[in-house]
Amino acid sequence: MNASDIIERRACVSGIGQSEIGRRLDADPLTLTLDGCLAAIEDAGLRVGDIDGLSTYPGAFGPSGFSGAGAVDVHDALRLELGWHDSGIETSGQLGSVIKACLAVGAGLARHVLCFRSVWEGSAQGSKGRAGIMPGGDGKKGVRASGFTEWTLPFSAPSAAVWIAMFAQRHFHEYGTTREQLAQIALNARKNAALNPNAIYSEPMSMDDYLSARLISTPFCLFDCDVPCDGATAFVISHVDAARDLRQPPVRVEAVGTALRGRPSWDQFDDLSTMANRDAGAHLWSRTDLKPSDVDCAQLYDGFSFITLSWLEALQLVPIGESGPFVEGGHRIARDGELPLNTHGGQLSAGRLHGYGFLHEAVVQLRGQGGARQIAKANPQVAIAAAGGGNTCGCMLLTRD
Amino acid sequence: MAEGEVPFRILPALSERSGFFWRSGRDGVLRFLRCTDCGAWLHPPLPLCPVDHSKNLAPTPVSGRATVHTFSINHQPWMPGPELPYTVAIVDIEEDPSVRLTTNIVGCSPDDVYIGMPVRVVFEHHEADDGEVWLPMFEPDPDRAGDGERGQ
Repeated sequence: MNASDIIERRACVSGIGQSEIGRRLDADPLTLTLDGCLAAIEDAGLRVGDIDGLSTYPGAFGPSGFSGAGAVDVHDALRLELGWHDSGIETSGQLGSVIKACLAVGAGLARHVLCFRSVWEGSAQGSKGRAGIMPGGDGKKGVRASGFTEWTLPFSAPSAAVWIAMFAQRHFHEYGTTREQLAQIALNARKNAALNPNAIYSEPMSMDDYLSARLISTPFCLFDCDVPCDGATAFVISHVDAARDLRQPPVRVEAVGTALRGRPSWDQFDDLSTMANRDAGAHLWSRTDLKPSDVDCAQLYDGFSFITLSWLEALQLVPIGESGPFVEGGHRIARDGELPLNTHGGQLSAGRLHGYGFLHEAVVQLRGQGGARQIAKANPQVAIAAAGGGNTCGCMLLTRD
Repeated sequence: MAEGEVPFRILPALSERSGFFWRSGRDGVLRFLRCTDCGAWLHPPLPLCPVDHSKNLAPTPVSGRATVHTFSINHQPWMPGPELPYTVAIVDIEEDPSVRLTTNIVGCSPDDVYIGMPVRVVFEHHEADDGEVWLPMFEPDPDRAGDGERGQ
């Protein structure tokens, strides 16, 4: 492949922004969304009128709290004039929406694309326990399960917690992965969250705390599941030629990974010890001369802790089956370790901002703006952000200009 | 919930394509779609065979024997359902291990379930005004007890 065909390389992250983030803000979701969007535009040093593209995940869709706003809502509220716009859930994970923005910029459809992901699952949850995430999962009588849920809801498996737990159990079986190893994803996230003023949970967590937490769906306990929250994250994806003189140093997109070669199914996928990230990860490395050993920090989706282990292997950051031993003890994935991981606290402790939080943190680290949580290595050059799990996964390799 | 009582379930929509599957247990036999041209099994049901694209598909009986591919013991009260904790599993069908079902393992303690465990189908019948269904659950297979290796 010619380098000139890898058009995501013409794109960069020029601005990042977040709204207020909280466990339950009881705030208007569109207000949070717009706060995040305006913060990203301001961070880039752009004006709203400079934005000529818009992309979001998943659109105005899904159960209560899953989406704070659709593309149309932001488009109209900011009176945008757009050369390109896109929204949807059937893509390569949450970051699929950002990847599409990179391609639109690379193809010349837009110069500055605003991307956003907005959630209010904390407030939607209220004081009740966490619901099943899929339509029909609320246990209402008279509802019939259809689509993929036709094959899971009748067996009282309404949550990705149960589906992903079965991937984890298969990995445990094949490779001897243990709960103590899995715990390191949660413990590392909590340590990092203590240094992130926007994180939801920052009080210390010990291995004993983890192992004594109530079980959700084996091998997962409460601390293997991310924390629903309210908040919005936004980016401006700009053409590199249009970002040279902006406020922030551009963070370039070196390569993206979008492949899905197995069956797009949570239970019919060919190898349940891995996920679609296997294909997305291999795809990413096929589009760059950089190597996994070049990565200075990794921000890998942790909707459930096991997904992070899975991404470590899928992105070839560790050999297949060795993610458990790699994270054991936690020192390799600490901020001063060989591969700093989820340095903002992940979704497990910083809140379920649903994929976009990982790209946000990758940019923060490459800019050197992490403050107390900045990784120990000086001048990091390469970061990876990956989001999604099961059959919906995408990833981005980022570099300093 | 008293022992033997049928738990609350969100029942599947009985579409034209999948209705046969959910009603198959009426005579105690599990069926999947099979291509009558190339012999491929397919699940969930599709309008054509993914291998040769033939539309000659027929619900075809299987033995009901399967193997636990993976599982999770669910402790979380997501919604009304079986008594907690209960076992959710993905099982491989004997006739074609690439055909899998998400199901529950019943008839044993969750602690006795293991990957590789031989199981057999047992149907959970639900009466309903909008269409009765037979949910395919799986229980330990006494004819193959002890097969598979536990505790790997």
